[in-house]
Amino acid sequence: MIPELGHFALILALVLTAAQAVFGLAGAHRRDDRWQAAVRPAVAGQFVLTSTAIGALVWSFVNFDFSVLYVASNSNSALPTFYRVAALWGAHEGSLLLWAWILSLWTLAVAVFSRNLPPTFASRVMGVLGIVSFGFLLFALVTSNPFERIIPSPADGRDLNPVLQDPALAIHPPLLYTGYVGFAVAYAFACAAMLEGKLDQTWARWTRPWTTIAWCFLSVGIALGSWWAYYELGWGGYWFWDPVENASFMPWLAGTALIHSLAVTEKRGLFKSWTLLLAILAFSLSLLGTFLVRSGVLVSVHSFAADPARGKFILWSLVVMIGGALTLYSLRAHTLKSNAGFEGTSRDAFLLYNNILLVIATVVVFIGTLAPLVNDALGMGSISIGQGWFTSIFPWIALGLVGLVAVGIHAAWKRGRLGESSRRIWLSLAIGLVLGAIVVYGAYGPGKWLSLVGIIFGLWLIASSLFDPIDRWRRKLTLSRAIVGMTIAHVGLGVCVIAISTVESYTVERDVALGPGETLALGRYAYRFEKIDPVEGPNYDGVRAQVTVLRDGQPVTVLYPEKRNYWVQRSTMTEAGIESRWNMDLFAALGEDLGAGRWSVRAQLRPLIDYVWLAAGLMALGGGIAASDRRYRLKNEATETAPAPNTAGAT
Amino acid sequence: MNRFVLPVIIFLLLAGVLYVGVVHSPDKSTMVSALLGKPAPAFELRMLGDPARGTFSSQRFAGRPWVLNVWGTWCAACRDEHPVLLDIAKQNRLPIVGLDWRDDDEDAMRWLTQLGNPYTVVVVDSEGRTAIDFGVYGAPETFFIDAEGVVQYRHVGAMTMEVWEREFVGRIPHSVSP
Amino acid sequence: MNTRGIWLAAICASVLLARVASAIDITLLPNEAQQQRYEALTHEIRCMQCMNNSIADSPVGLAADLRRDVREMIIAGKTDDEIRAYMVQRYGNVILFNPPLTSSTAWVWATPLVALIGGIVVAIVIVRRRGRLVADDDTPVDEETPR
Repeated sequence: MIPELGHFALILALVLTAAQAVFGLAGAHRRDDRWQAAVRPAVAGQFVLTSTAIGALVWSFVNFDFSVLYVASNSNSALPTFYRVAALWGAHEGSLLLWAWILSLWTLAVAVFSRNLPPTFASRVMGVLGIVSFGFLLFALVTSNPFERIIPSPADGRDLNPVLQDPALAIHPPLLYTGYVGFAVAYAFACAAMLEGKLDQTWARWTRPWTTIAWCFLSVGIALGSWWAYYELGWGGYWFWDPVENASFMPWLAGTALIHSLAVTEKRGLFKSWTLLLAILAFSLSLLGTFLVRSGVLVSVHSFAADPARGKFILWSLVVMIGGALTLYSLRAHTLKSNAGFEGTSRDAFLLYNNILLVIATVVVFIGTLAPLVNDALGMGSISIGQGWFTSIFPWIALGLVGLVAVGIHAAWKRGRLGESSRRIWLSLAIGLVLGAIVVYGAYGPGKWLSLVGIIFGLWLIASSLFDPIDRWRRKLTLSRAIVGMTIAHVGLGVCVIAISTVESYTVERDVALGPGETLALGRYAYRFEKIDPVEGPNYDGVRAQVTVLRDGQPVTVLYPEKRNYWVQRSTMTEAGIESRWNMDLFAALGEDLGAGRWSVRAQLRPLIDYVWLAAGLMALGGGIAASDRRYRLKNEATETAPAPNTAGAT
Repeated sequence: MNRFVLPVIIFLLLAGVLYVGVVHSPDKSTMVSALLGKPAPAFELRMLGDPARGTFSSQRFAGRPWVLNVWGTWCAACRDEHPVLLDIAKQNRLPIVGLDWRDDDEDAMRWLTQLGNPYTVVVVDSEGRTAIDFGVYGAPETFFIDAEGVVQYRHVGAMTMEVWEREFVGRIPHSVSP
Repeated sequence: MNTRGIWLAAICASVLLARVASAIDITLLPNEAQQQRYEALTHEIRCMQCMNNSIADSPVGLAADLRRDVREMIIAGKTDDEIRAYMVQRYGNVILFNPPLTSSTAWVWATPLVALIGGIVVAIVIVRRRGRLVADDDTPVDEETPR
């Protein structure tokens, strides 16, 4: 009964999204106040109905309703409650419902917080979001219905993929999707502006907080995925340039370019068509990511079950949503020119260079991910692109970006006046060079020279970013949230670069065979394999090893790597034993049972690896603080630059 | 106006590529064997069970077509396909060699006793060397090797009657008797 | 921020960081050169089960077996090319991560370069145009907050 209720709710939600779209867009076009007044109720209704649908699915999971095919495929009577809920997004159908629900949540937020926007503009934004929602709900209902029954219902389910039975699973997809889907809001703001035929600095100010907050969620979502892969999937690796990882990284890169482009548009009224294009691009990459993961077009560690029918459906929605927006762009962008000028060393210019580099980065990841597909489609033979391609190109782009921030942060709008800040810039570079050299040659020893450069640049960036805020603080000047947020985020970037440079060069890794009592020496540390015992969990059994870690001969901690066999899916998982110290991770994972009590063990020392994810957290924190800046929260902006609502939206 | 048209053009080209990708995708869900049309790697492995039984050599079936099925007790899909293998064995058309991949002898014998044994002979590949020679990347995999010893087809994943009839039976020359 | 403070901070930081363990090599293979070849090769070869991990990074049995094969071949004196050929013979081209530079893959390598050159050109064009505009423009910009 409940699943049918959920199914019905979903159908009703579909109808309401259609209403939302029609009333929003046609209502704005016709200047019909009654139609426009119907939009917010449609949004609210759609949210309630989608919540009902997702609630029904959660209920089915928690109550072991194996007559629902999706529940039977992804759950099991032995699955703990926490994972029964998280299993909702463990496979395609449920995660799609999650997507749709998060979109309805964002749309509701827009409905609530848009009361100070001009009514026609707000209606258009919600109308566009209605089209996106409609597309996703239609997709779900037609090709991916999570409420399908299986008759006769099996006695027990096939269990959630053991890879996904982990706390980080519970948060990674929802956070990631909140980011992805949040870019739909920027996309909707862009489309609305194009439909109105007007895009000004006020528009940029409205769009910025929405975009920044979506970007924050995406940053955290990606970091969580990387962290999870580190201790669950791979064998101590944290980023594999896997197509699905890239699918989330590309919107992030485009989103970063977008939030910076919005800054210029807000401040100087420049880069309008750039910003528009980036807003469309960021969301397009989110949609593309969705497509890549679910269509079977690319093979990956965690792509969902492939289905060409679904692939074609998503592709058509892509054509409508992206093609439509880009067509609008081709018609309207040429009216957006501005006549403001700026010098080559101005803040505007640095943000231009920054955005160009970010777009190049996006293109690089894009090509690397889709090249096999392109070659196959054009009949040019099959190729495969591995990590090596990305890691030989990407660090250069990253260094370029870091350098641009370190210098550009001091540039003034329009006329740069870098000469006034040259002392600070050189001083921060000197700090970077000295500290970097000391760290590398003193602490770690010689490694890859690129890592040295990375560490120097990262330190340079941090020092450079801190100069002005600290100076302002000491002089008791105002320190707006925008500045504080920006500083924290840039420092986060510096930390990230330092951490990655360090871990790539100074990781110590050995695969050895160990028996009870045997020790592996790793520099000052040693791993002593004590014993191995059987272990059992709610839906698995396996073995757990005890590895004592010694430093300079003294025990400092014990690691417990496990190898688990999950009964239902009959798959084996390695659970790494990890201890995070302030400056490195001690990592041990079990390999193979070599007989006679001996096992192959992968031992790693991973210096600074936790700072990679901490850095992402810093970036998100910075973004969040910046988005809460006072000027976004002022209420009475509605009529500041908008002409009287009844004039035709002339270009 | 002209340069603003570029994005939509680029996008439509990309959509075209993606469309072709989607159309081709069912063919890509499993890897095509690198051994198709090439001689099957020769092997000589211990037979499952009593060590005194000795070894089995792949040359034993020279001059006639045969089937190699790679399996293991740790593999869920192998359990799923087992009934199908039993039915295929009943047809008695081709000898089926079971390659017990990276497995434990006792587990394997128990499995076959409990579920039935469709294999003409079971050989043990505990180190996985023969499986690698055959380019195996995930159990179960089933190979058709013709009378000249050339690999003609590989099926990845659980065997089905449909695949058996279509890809394996169809390749048996009419002159072969069971 | 005065220079002395910076030097102090630098020295403190370096003292703190100097206590990190430095890498000492333990070879699984008889010599260092072989170990490096092993590391390099195992990162080049795809784990066919976990598709986007190299056999160096994959915990599955197949990866362990392939690593063992690589190790044995290095000790037996095979060259890197022979080892790659061994893999390709069994699994096809897809087992190697790095695309060889052929006519059909050249575009993949060329695109980032083209993008970079394109980016530089765009930057120059835009900065020139905006620079001309700013020369005749004296309106002040609100500098109170840098954003």
